[in-house]
Amino acid sequence: MHQYVGLIVLFPLIGLLINGLLGWKIKNEKVIGSIGSGAVGLSFALAVAIFIDMLGAAPEQRSHVVELFTWIAAGSFKVSAAYQVDQLSVLMTLVVTGVGFLIHVYSIGYMHGDRSFARFFTYLNLFIFAMLNLVLADNYVLMFLGWEGVGLCSYLLIGFWYQKKFEGVTITWTGDAGNKAFWVNRIGDFAFMLGMFLIFKEFGTLTFNEVMGQADTMAVGNSTVFWITLLLFIGATGKSAQIPLFIWLPDAMAGPTPVSALIHAATMVTAGVYMVARNSALYALAPDTMMVVAIVGAVTAIMAASIGIAQNDIKKVLAYSTVSQLGYMFLALGVGAFTAGIFHVMTHAFFKACLFLGSGSVIHAMHEEQDIRHMGGLKKVMPYTYWTFLISSFAIAGFPPLSGFFSKDEILWKSFADGSPILWFIGAAAALMTAFYMFRMVTLTFEGKPRWADDKHPHESPPSMTIPLIALAALAVVGGFVGVPAVLGGGNAIHQWLHPVFAQAEKTMALPEHHAHTTEYILMAISVAIGVTGWWVGRRMFLKDPNADERIAAKTGFLYRLLARKYFVDEAYDAAVVRPVVKTSDSFLFRFFDVRIIDGIVNGAGALAGWTSRTLRVIQTGVVQNYAALIVVGLVIVLGLIIL
Amino acid sequence: MMEQLLTDSLNTAPITGMVILSLIVVMINALKKEPLATEYWVSLVGIVINIGLAVWVFPERGTAFSGSVMTGGYASVTAIIFLTAAALTIMLARVYIDKIGANFGEFFHLILFVTTGMMSFAAGLDLLVTFVGLELMSIPLYVLAGITRRNLKATEAALKYFLLGAFSTGFFVYGIGLIYGMTGTTKILDIAQNINAYSSEPLFMVGAGLMLVGFAFKVGAVPFHMWVPDVYEGSPTMVSAFMSTGVKAAAFSALLLVFTATFDFMHSSINTVVAVLSVASMVIGNIVALSQKNFKRMLAYSSIAHAGYMLIGITAGGGVSIAGVLFYLVAYMLTNLGAFGIASFIENSDQTGTDIDDFRGLYQRHPALAVILGVFMFSLIGLPPFAGFFGKYYIFVAAIENGYTWLTIVGVITSMISVYYYLRVVVVMFFQPEGEQVQTARFGREGAFALAVAAAGVLLIGVFPSVVLDWVSALF
Repeated sequence: MHQYVGLIVLFPLIGLLINGLLGWKIKNEKVIGSIGSGAVGLSFALAVAIFIDMLGAAPEQRSHVVELFTWIAAGSFKVSAAYQVDQLSVLMTLVVTGVGFLIHVYSIGYMHGDRSFARFFTYLNLFIFAMLNLVLADNYVLMFLGWEGVGLCSYLLIGFWYQKKFEGVTITWTGDAGNKAFWVNRIGDFAFMLGMFLIFKEFGTLTFNEVMGQADTMAVGNSTVFWITLLLFIGATGKSAQIPLFIWLPDAMAGPTPVSALIHAATMVTAGVYMVARNSALYALAPDTMMVVAIVGAVTAIMAASIGIAQNDIKKVLAYSTVSQLGYMFLALGVGAFTAGIFHVMTHAFFKACLFLGSGSVIHAMHEEQDIRHMGGLKKVMPYTYWTFLISSFAIAGFPPLSGFFSKDEILWKSFADGSPILWFIGAAAALMTAFYMFRMVTLTFEGKPRWADDKHPHESPPSMTIPLIALAALAVVGGFVGVPAVLGGGNAIHQWLHPVFAQAEKTMALPEHHAHTTEYILMAISVAIGVTGWWVGRRMFLKDPNADERIAAKTGFLYRLLARKYFVDEAYDAAVVRPVVKTSDSFLFRFFDVRIIDGIVNGAGALAGWTSRTLRVIQTGVVQNYAALIVVGLVIVLGLIIL
Repeated sequence: MMEQLLTDSLNTAPITGMVILSLIVVMINALKKEPLATEYWVSLVGIVINIGLAVWVFPERGTAFSGSVMTGGYASVTAIIFLTAAALTIMLARVYIDKIGANFGEFFHLILFVTTGMMSFAAGLDLLVTFVGLELMSIPLYVLAGITRRNLKATEAALKYFLLGAFSTGFFVYGIGLIYGMTGTTKILDIAQNINAYSSEPLFMVGAGLMLVGFAFKVGAVPFHMWVPDVYEGSPTMVSAFMSTGVKAAAFSALLLVFTATFDFMHSSINTVVAVLSVASMVIGNIVALSQKNFKRMLAYSSIAHAGYMLIGITAGGGVSIAGVLFYLVAYMLTNLGAFGIASFIENSDQTGTDIDDFRGLYQRHPALAVILGVFMFSLIGLPPFAGFFGKYYIFVAAIENGYTWLTIVGVITSMISVYYYLRVVVVMFFQPEGEQVQTARFGREGAFALAVAAAGVLLIGVFPSVVLDWVSALF
């Protein structure tokens, strides 16, 4: 089956071509929506078929490279459009196409009546196409194509409603938010490219299998590998919104909600996690980078979670929650628990997509209201949205036996056992905050008395929106059962499935086996207790008094402002980086260097070329004798050069 | 004996096929007057059949007629390039020749004869075959250049082309004579076997130098380029298109075959000469193009510049260069035919209206044409993802690998200069208001189809270069 992998990528391409080129003519929303969703649905069906086929094969025969054609060849440099079908890429493909399909269906209802309906589905298909290239590529260049492609789609979709205002630090339009995302990502992308160049210089190839093959014989602590992995990780901090480049993601919420769910929660932002996991064998050779990854992940997790506590925009809360959860994933990667990281990518895709789509359903019902202080009591009018939202909130808070419990608990356990108790403590504290801000949001949105204006008439969303919600909520419930740990009597199927992919890294790292189960039980109990505490406190506090924030703010003063204003990171970057750069650009680079020196040189060269051009033109007399004479002159020169 | 003759004829089927096709079209033209549909369709279908023949004999690599003609492989690939150029030219010119009053049946069979000549020129392994091919290609072109015989400019162009062409052919044939005098044979492969010994003979090298002058004239390399702007501007636009693509491709293919693939003059003084011609062409072609006001004249200087880029490949030599130059020829053929084609669409019936200013506001009148012409301009600059990018890329890579980094640097700098005049067309089309005389493009279904093929080709090759690269690699 794996040889048909090209079709998985082809279907969204066809979908985007049809909707992109003919969408303006089709006009019918149902047709456009069906083409867009159907293309992704077909990809998903094929991915499932390949997955089943792989299940039937022996574990060592599950990895294949399917070469489609030579993309670029020049001398010793050769890059193919080739897809690597193995356990990791198939899992990611299933998540991307499966969750993607549900979100496409949801968008049919959500985008109903939008004047750019076809454009929206074109972009969504383009995104799926790029994302599939990213996860299926067998080399860095094709991966980078997908990497840039998803970045482009992110930019296009954040600013999709380009005439809409959007508030943020130095942001007034949705387009500004798109620009911010794009620029911040440029920094990461540049590092990614440098990493790629360094790989080519060191290994002489850009194919994953060849690089990993050579890495097998390298010594741990190799300094080139350290720089490679660090540069790649900086790339990941851009795409996956980690410190220091996380600032673009909250503003990316300017895009339509399905976009936030698909790109800025479930799939694209996990690209960095996937990329690090794909390079696990290299990272295993660089313990220093691993430590950086773990620390950045843990700090991002707690920082973003604490900001989430003080946000009032329903999507902003979810955005910071996403940043925080991505932090967990990097924490897992950093302590060498690659499987746990990918496991969390998967479960997070389920519950976070469900949460975002649920928030979209709420926003839809509230006529574009996003402030949870002006909601309340929606439980009765939107039962499907409420229940799915609630289930996913329990999942993210880590209530057993929902999916989030298993993946998050594994990360916390590994960070304790293979990392350090400090990392575990940060992770656990962030988990407490997670449960708290989630149930603060649930309570303010759905429970208590309505606080919305009388002219609003909230209603449940149409089935095209609620059915995906139900499907995702179901996945959020059962998705964790593929990773039930041994201490709970589970087989941890996802571990066994992914084991061959990470075997090389695990061999290099040689982490100790943990036999004593007592600690694991204790930590697990603590996790559950943390989740329950967060839930109880968050629910009680805001059920009693929806304005509890104000009381807290009055009591804590600066501390609360710090969180509400997101640690002033945007302002600090603006003052420390953006404004100096703009100022230098304007006064020095532009007014002096560009206008005087560069333009001087360019205009001078242009004037010189123009002058030469006009002078040489004169030779072109139009008189044929002169031409013949010049041929003779040329002949003399040629023969002279040959004989002398 | 008979069997050998049969095999040889079969293996050279594309050339034989073109001779027969040309004669058939001559007969049709002689036997009936008005309308030209028969000539058009017979020519087109015949060319497509010959492309099929060329693909069919592709595996039959070798020589025919006692080593005087090359078969399969390289000969097939070059034949496909020329035949494609001919087919696109005929389709693009279908409405055009009617518009400018050149709807003579001769147009079609002259194009077919030229194509036959190109194929013999590029497949000749005997200097006499090469020479006959060259003449068969050139003489009908002199006629084509002046086919609108009441148009003064066209007549002037035809006469200039004829005089200078004859002049340069004199050098070419004199070169052949000297080589024959030194070696006692005209068989290229026989000469190639003792090339090291001959290379030290001044007379042989002078012969090679004279041949090089003939080639340089045909490809339009500086300082043998003076005819190019006048002839391209004066000739009917689609004839210029065919000259700038087909003829240039044929001359380069023959040059590659004789000088790079068989004689292999690597690291000899010939190489220095080619490098000098290359630099001169790139610099002068691009710089003089800056101050051109006529679109066709601008493309003429641009074609001189592109000859310079391809000469980088000839200088570098080796298999990668051969593949690179052939790739470049394909890319350049599609791009330039399309660009000239669009100019012919909007041209007036008295062959005026080809100034760059006449493209003002084209985007408002014909958005599709403007976008496609924009694509061609970007491809000529050499920007990805269009065919022209990989054309330059492969040649530059070959040059760097063979130690000609400095030539690459000149190539890149002059490419940057070229951005100015190519982009000016884009600026004029998209951002300037329409002029007072508004010309409506006329192209018909055939023209639209051919243009779509050219544009799709430019894009396809730019994204999937291996489509072409696989064919043109490892031919020797």
